[in-house]
Amino acid sequence: MSSITGHSAIDELPSGDGRPPLDADKAGTGRLGDRIFGGLATGSGIFVIVLVSLVGVFLVIQAVPSLLNNNANFLTSREWVPSGADPRFGIVDLLWATVITSILAMAIAVPLGVSVALFITQYAPAWLSKPAATLVDLLAAVPSIVYGFWGLSVAGQYFDSVAKAIDAVLGWIPVFEFNGSPIAKSTLAFAGVILAIMILPIVTAISREVFAQVPTAHKEAALALGATKWEMIRTAVLPFGKPGVISAAMLGLGRALGETLAVTMLLSALNASAAFSLSIFGGGETFASRIANDAGEFDSAQKTGAYIAAGLVLFILTFIVNAAARVVIERRKAFSE
Amino acid sequence: MKIQRLGAMASLALVGSIALTACGSDNTGETTSSGDTTANSSAASDCFEGTLNAEGSSAQKNAFEEVASGFKAKCSGATVNYNPSGSGAGIKQFIGGQVDFAGSDSALKTVEKDGKIEAKEAETACGSPAWNIPMVTGPIAVAYNVKGVDKLTLTPAVAADIFQGKITTWNDPKIAAINSGVTLPATAIKVFFRSDESGTTENFTKYLKAAAEANWPGEPAKTWDGKGEGKAKSAGVAEGVKSTDGGITYVEWSYAKDNNLGVAAIDNGAGAVELNSESVGKAVATAEQTGTGNDLALKLDYATKEPGAYPINLVTYEIVCSKGKDADKQKNIKAFLKYFASEEAQKTIEEIGYAPLPAEVQTKVATAIDAIS
Repeated sequence: MSSITGHSAIDELPSGDGRPPLDADKAGTGRLGDRIFGGLATGSGIFVIVLVSLVGVFLVIQAVPSLLNNNANFLTSREWVPSGADPRFGIVDLLWATVITSILAMAIAVPLGVSVALFITQYAPAWLSKPAATLVDLLAAVPSIVYGFWGLSVAGQYFDSVAKAIDAVLGWIPVFEFNGSPIAKSTLAFAGVILAIMILPIVTAISREVFAQVPTAHKEAALALGATKWEMIRTAVLPFGKPGVISAAMLGLGRALGETLAVTMLLSALNASAAFSLSIFGGGETFASRIANDAGEFDSAQKTGAYIAAGLVLFILTFIVNAAARVVIERRKAFSE
Repeated sequence: MKIQRLGAMASLALVGSIALTACGSDNTGETTSSGDTTANSSAASDCFEGTLNAEGSSAQKNAFEEVASGFKAKCSGATVNYNPSGSGAGIKQFIGGQVDFAGSDSALKTVEKDGKIEAKEAETACGSPAWNIPMVTGPIAVAYNVKGVDKLTLTPAVAADIFQGKITTWNDPKIAAINSGVTLPATAIKVFFRSDESGTTENFTKYLKAAAEANWPGEPAKTWDGKGEGKAKSAGVAEGVKSTDGGITYVEWSYAKDNNLGVAAIDNGAGAVELNSESVGKAVATAEQTGTGNDLALKLDYATKEPGAYPINLVTYEIVCSKGKDADKQKNIKAFLKYFASEEAQKTIEEIGYAPLPAEVQTKVATAIDAIS
């Protein structure tokens, strides 16, 4: 019988001859400590749950009156005239821009982040892996406005040729059509690229932690069976790390969905009469960027409510994504234990 | 074991810090003026000790900060803060009593909008009528970036067609006809507009509607209903034009200047008028006063055919209580506004892309400020 502290409860039991019990580290019988710690932990848990629920309730309360006044279909309309006598607003454009930029960001950041994590934990020599990890982590410390500014004034100019190249090869698919309007650095695609750089450190840091936890026995077993390094990674490291990578991706996705400032700076909004375009080289606004952009002019409850309703959709979207991730992780659990 | 646990702690801290950085990004920031402290005792009677807080239009942000730091240099004990969160937000905060006065690019509305009358609400909040005092004239430049073109004239009709997406290349005969002697390239025109709700958009569309009604079908509003691609805030549209050959936008003059963009001369029917402080002053001087008494709400005549008057202007106001509940505060506001309207302060803002108030308006403004109590 053993416990984490290395003492077992039996050690502490009073013996029959009336001697006081041994109280080595005062851990075993400390019922008060147990209760305080348990209470604090439970309290924190409940606090966060209540907080998130209240945010949800607040959003719903604020959004419902506006939604009831809405003369357009909230889920299918592309209009956005949230105030006035005839409020008409819908979220199709916002939802599209938010989802497509986040998907692009994930498509770039997850493979890249996992590769970086594999390099740091499996390939890099010891003297390099620490500094490399620190450098990637530093990316997370850069404020998002800096990414926006950097994208706009430095990186953006090179994206034009990338967009043209993609258009030349894949332009016949509507999704990859680039016609120069909006300019390349103001497209959803480029916003996705910048978002990818922003979530890269999150994906990398967490993937790195899980890959580092892969039992050496698993790896050595694979190698002993004649696996090459790549086969070892494929059969031992990746399956073990999968739930962690999924968690990492979801955390990154959460940030990509909600990222505001950099996206607001980069994206070109569509004008009110622009036709809907499927292209990733189109313009648009995400939920967060539109709310941030117009936040200075929330002058009536009706209007505020419309934006809050949009925020509510983002809230639900994030919730669904996270719930889906949870399901995947639960299913995969068997592999890692 | 211990080392691994330390590692786990470190990674936990790391994840925590990532989560934190993910949150702390959006920062509109309150701009605090801080001038050098070479105190000038000559105007000590108009100085005060303390802080004033104002909020509102971002169109007058640069002017306000310039003047506030000039005021600080004069009166080292006085600090005036300005939060450029937008006219709507400024008025809201003013009515809510959160700031001492508001900056706005349109006068308080006297007609009902969304079930509220701003002027009435402000009067209730002040306990006395609130006054609109014009303070900063910000001309709106039609700014462009076309390689090889450094002189361009537009008529309201052609401007409206460009911003409606009806004229799509720079060498369109309609543009060429009013720009004889200028070689126009075949570059595509890329229109940039403000994607946020903006007083600049409202004033510019008011101009297009007033001066070229046949070519501008939409109603003037804070949201853009022309064509083009939207960028956030003045800095965004200016940056868009700067980095795009063939770009054109409407933006405050100071942004056009800062980004070295070309500024089109406007021909309202009495010849091309360059944008400069005289031509702007001329247009503001002809504006009609819609407020009564010391409420100096102005109505600009966008279709003016006055020779030498630049017609696209934005007049930003300071909105103050005529008789406040806090006498000391009112005295401080008065002192600051007096300095703001002075020739000295108006000259400093001219250097950064605003136009000084013309003499007639300046006299009226001085009278109104004197009447604040």
